[in-house]
Amino acid sequence: MTALTQSHSPTRGRIAAFLARAFSRPSFVVGVVILGLSLSLALFPQVFAPYDPLAFDLQAIQQRPSLAHPFGTDNFGRDVLSRVIWAYRVDMQMAFFATIFALLIGITVGAFVGYYGGIADVIFGRCVDAIITFPFLVLVIAIVAVLGPGLVNMYVAITAVNWVYYARLTRAEIMAQKANDYAAAGLVLGYSDRRIIFRHLLPNAISPILVYWMTDMALAILLGSSLGYLGLGAQPPAAEWGVLIAEGRNFLMTAWWMSLMPGIAIVLTGLGFSLVGDALADLLRPKGR
Amino acid sequence: MATQEKPVVLDVRHLRTEFGTRERPLVAVDDVSFQVAAGEILGLVGESGSGKSITLRSILGIIRPRGRVAGEILWNGQDLVPLSEAQLRRIRGREIAMIFQEPMSSLNPLLTVGLQISENLVAHTDLDARQRRARAIELLDLVGIPAARNRLDDFPHEFSGGMRQRVMIAIALASNPKLLLADEPTTALDVTIQDQILRLIQSLSRDLGMAVILVTHDMGVVAETCDRVAVMYGGRLCEIGSTADVIGDARHPYSLGLLRSIPRDVAPRTPLYSIPGAPPALNALPPGCAFSARCPVAGRECPDLRPKLEAIGTSRLVACHHLEDAQAHFGPREAAQ
Repeated sequence: MTALTQSHSPTRGRIAAFLARAFSRPSFVVGVVILGLSLSLALFPQVFAPYDPLAFDLQAIQQRPSLAHPFGTDNFGRDVLSRVIWAYRVDMQMAFFATIFALLIGITVGAFVGYYGGIADVIFGRCVDAIITFPFLVLVIAIVAVLGPGLVNMYVAITAVNWVYYARLTRAEIMAQKANDYAAAGLVLGYSDRRIIFRHLLPNAISPILVYWMTDMALAILLGSSLGYLGLGAQPPAAEWGVLIAEGRNFLMTAWWMSLMPGIAIVLTGLGFSLVGDALADLLRPKGR
Repeated sequence: MATQEKPVVLDVRHLRTEFGTRERPLVAVDDVSFQVAAGEILGLVGESGSGKSITLRSILGIIRPRGRVAGEILWNGQDLVPLSEAQLRRIRGREIAMIFQEPMSSLNPLLTVGLQISENLVAHTDLDARQRRARAIELLDLVGIPAARNRLDDFPHEFSGGMRQRVMIAIALASNPKLLLADEPTTALDVTIQDQILRLIQSLSRDLGMAVILVTHDMGVVAETCDRVAVMYGGRLCEIGSTADVIGDARHPYSLGLLRSIPRDVAPRTPLYSIPGAPPALNALPPGCAFSARCPVAGRECPDLRPKLEAIGTSRLVACHHLEDAQAHFGPREAAQ
């Protein structure tokens, strides 16, 4: 038993040291605070939102920001602050679901292709070329247009395009790791290819991929709100930042807060992801050993 | 001879490994045959590019990029050449293990040393977690890592180069292999550590009855470690025999040249002998003797006529047309030393 606890304590010490290093960086702290707030807003909007995001109040249409409505109200008298807060739930979900499947598919495909190379690699290369020839947004819009608008279809469309980027990155990292002797050592020790790939190569290759994932979640929010703005993503009356901005665009002159406030939310959340991603990139970068 | 008494575990016959197209193949290993007995240490020497490492890798079937291997590699009577990847995997690590030149990069930097040892045990034995841990401690002890119990949970970067090579050896030994392939295991280490590692390999071979093929380009390493030596040049064997014969009384001009280029008992500031020229490219090998272009005693027929390995005495084979000339050329100065 003592042997077991012993075997875990050094790892725990390392994690603690890593966290201490991470939290000594102001940018990481700011990023974590922003993401933490965003996450709590996304998980418990009913706690934070002062009003029902869908309730019309025709007595209070397009009111300027005030104490009663800090972000003002929209053209149906809905409280913009409450709508922005409820939109956190949708947009944080988008950040996650639009990227996680692309991440998993991309890592798996990229790892196998990078490890085996050969004909699979050639075919993969052509597929990648074919997909990235199209501008990202145009391709996603085309797929959504075929599938029909809505959040789930949007996830499918983004994943269908986005996995390529993860796969490409993973492939390159795996190929670099494969050149190390420990990969050959795994081979001569008679380990299976799956074991070599997932236990030895991938953990050593994963950090740039995770960093890219962080930035990509910010991009996914931008993409999701772009599609929402165009009417292809989340559907009104659901509160989503892109949808909110679209609703406000006719009133930019008279009720600027309708579009500005969700816009600020997008920027802030994106900033949170980028700051954390950036700090992780620095922290995870291998130091000269 | 001691080697004759022990059973032969590895019998390589006419091994040929080539790369590139079938029409214009690059032959990295050409008609190489040798045997290794249980508990014996065979040294494989030669310059860079002489095919030593490719020979080792051919045995385990891990030639990358994919090359074509022909000939027979009889491992306890079973030919390894036609085996499938899955069949080879059962032999790799379990019966034949291999260690590499770079102890810095041959350990996974993210796994503790204990986990890397027990991983081999998971792959090749039925031990449970506690037994694996005990065995890992035992192995680290065996390869001479002090306070093995406490170092089990350390990561590779917490070990020095020599200690890492010991860890590599411990991992390789985990499943009691009968043959250890050591690909220049001491090249990246400094001289005192080199010596320790060689002694370790030697004593492990003796105590565990494990055969070893030690690839190196260092004649000194061979002289102090190996029972028998094979000298390779341009993918072919020049000379193979007991260490006493090949080091003490070399016959092939290439072996003689290699030995001559070791500084020993010479006056300070004497220019060191070096074999003139550079090793030939694989696509420019002559049909005859590979060494003929650089050989001081080569005759007119040498580039065209391949010399056969012929027995000299009881325990040595040499491939050269001009043995007497070589003796005459290198002999006097050798005697002067």
